[in-house]
Amino acid sequence: MLSIRGLNYEVETEHGPLGILKNIDLDIETGRFVVITGPNGGGKTSLAKAIMGLVPATAESMTYNGTDITGLDVTERAKLGISYGFQQPPRFKGMLVTDLLSIAAGRELTDGECCAYLTQVGLCTSDYQGREIDAGLSGGELKRIEIASLLARNASLMIFDEPEAGIDLWSFARLTETFRELHENSEATLIIISHQERIIRLSDEIILISGGEVSMSGPTEEIFPKIMNATVPGCAFLEDRK
Amino acid sequence: MNDIEKNLLAQVADLHEIPIGAYNIRRDGEAAGRNSTANIEITSKTDKPGIDIRIKPGTKNESVHIPVIITQSGYGETVYNDFFVGAGSDVLIVAGCGIHNSGCDTSQHDGIHAFYLEEGARVRYVEKHYGEGEGTGERIMNPTTLIYMQKNSYIELETVQIRGVDSTLRQTYVEAAEGCEVVITERLMTHGKQIADSEMEVDLNGDDSRARITSRSVAQDESVQVFRPRVVGNAKCFGHVQCDTIIMGKAKVSSVPEIAANNVEAQLVHEAAIGRIAGDQLLKLMTLGLSKEEAEERIISGFLK
Repeated sequence: MLSIRGLNYEVETEHGPLGILKNIDLDIETGRFVVITGPNGGGKTSLAKAIMGLVPATAESMTYNGTDITGLDVTERAKLGISYGFQQPPRFKGMLVTDLLSIAAGRELTDGECCAYLTQVGLCTSDYQGREIDAGLSGGELKRIEIASLLARNASLMIFDEPEAGIDLWSFARLTETFRELHENSEATLIIISHQERIIRLSDEIILISGGEVSMSGPTEEIFPKIMNATVPGCAFLEDRK
Repeated sequence: MNDIEKNLLAQVADLHEIPIGAYNIRRDGEAAGRNSTANIEITSKTDKPGIDIRIKPGTKNESVHIPVIITQSGYGETVYNDFFVGAGSDVLIVAGCGIHNSGCDTSQHDGIHAFYLEEGARVRYVEKHYGEGEGTGERIMNPTTLIYMQKNSYIELETVQIRGVDSTLRQTYVEAAEGCEVVITERLMTHGKQIADSEMEVDLNGDDSRARITSRSVAQDESVQVFRPRVVGNAKCFGHVQCDTIIMGKAKVSSVPEIAANNVEAQLVHEAAIGRIAGDQLLKLMTLGLSKEEAEERIISGFLK
C-alpha cells in the first residue's frame, strides 16, 4: 500500500514560490489500478515524480508497504519496488534496446525474454533488439520501449506517465490490452496518468488532480460519469466539482 | 610470459593463448613469437624496426595478430609495420599496444602502420591501446595509420583507447580509389590529466567511394581531447563524419570535423556534439535500481561500445 500525507512541492519563480502540489493525502491499496487524470498543468506528473523521488517534494509522511520512503532517493525507492515510466523518455546513444531491458530486469535477458516484452508493447522484435536507443527511434517507438522497460522491471508499483502519448491507434489498442492483462494477471499496483477513456475505463479508481490538489477521488464507476458529464472546456473538472 | 604480459595481451588483442593463424608478438622491442601461414608471410624489416606482412591474393577468413607490449619503464620505440593485402582477400588484422609502466621514466610506443590494399581486398583492422602500472612514468602511444586503397577495396578500422594512456597523437590518412569503402570507428576514453589528439584525413579520390567516420569519446577529470577528422571529396562520393563526446569533471574537448568538396557530385556531411551525461538519462537508470555511479558507468560503457 502506498500512503501519502501532507505532500507539498513548490518551485521558485521570479514572482516567488509557486505551489505545484498542495498538501496531498493519498492511499492506494496494493494491486489496484489507479488512473490519475486532470487538466494540463494540474500537477499529475509532479505527483508521480514525487512518488518516485524524482522531484524535491516534502511530505509529513510517505510510506510504501509499511516502509517510510519520505527520505529515500530514487534508487532506494526503485529497490523497494517502485518504478516510473517517463512521459518523455531519454535517449541513450550506444545503448541497445536489449541492454536497457536487461538493466531493468536486473539480469541479462535472453532474446526470447526481450522479444516477449517488446511484443507486449506492439514492437516487432527483430527490428528493435539490436537497435540503439538513439535519435534513430521515433518518439512513439521510444515511448513503447520505455513501457517495455517497466514490464521487464516487473516492480510491485508501476507508474506510467501518459503512456498513450505519441503512440499510434493500433499500438494503443495493444497497449490497453497489456495494461488489462497486467492488472488481471499480476499483483502489481498500477498508477497511470492518462486522459484516454479506454485506459480510464480499465481502472479501479480515479484520482482527479487539479491546481495541485486532489479534486476528486474514488471508484471509477462513481467518478468517471462526473468527468464525462463536465461541460466547460479546459475547466471541466473544476466546473464539475462545483 | 608473466602475468603482467599476459594481461596486456588480453587487453589489447583479446589473446589468452597463442592465436590461430599468423601472428607477431613484440615485447620490449624484441620478437616474443611469430608465425607465418601459407597465405600470410611475416618478415622483419632490414632497414628499420618493424615487419612486413604480405597477404596473398584471394586469402579469406584468415587473421593476423601483431600486438606490442612494453613493460620496461623508460623504453621507447618507433616501429614501422607494412601490410600488403592481395587482391580479393578478406582478412582480420588485430594490432594494439599495451604498456605497463611501474617506474618513473616515460615508456613510449610510436607505431607507423601502412596498408596497401589491392583491388577488391577487404580488411577489418582492430587496434586497441591500453596503459597500466603503478609507476609515475608516462605511458605514451602515438599511432600513425596510412591506408592506400585500390579500386573496390574495403577497410573497416576500429580503434579503441581503453584506459591508462597519458598522451596520444593519433594520425590517420586514407586514400580511396573508385568504389572503395572506408569505415572508421574511434572509441576513446581519457581521465586524469591525459591528453588525446586525433587527426584524420580521408581522401575520396574515386567515383562511388564512400567513407563513414564515427568518433565517440569520454573525457573525464582534467583530461584534454582534440579531434580533427577531415573528409575530402575529390570525385562523385559520399562521406559522413560524426563526433560525439561525453564531457565530465573539468575536462576540455575540442571537436573540429571538416568536410571539403572538390567535385560537384561529392556528398559530404558532418555532425559533432559535446555534452555532459543528461540528468534524465541518469534518473531513468536510477528508476531501474542503479545508483548514480552505476548509471554513469552503464551510460559510458554503452556509449563507447
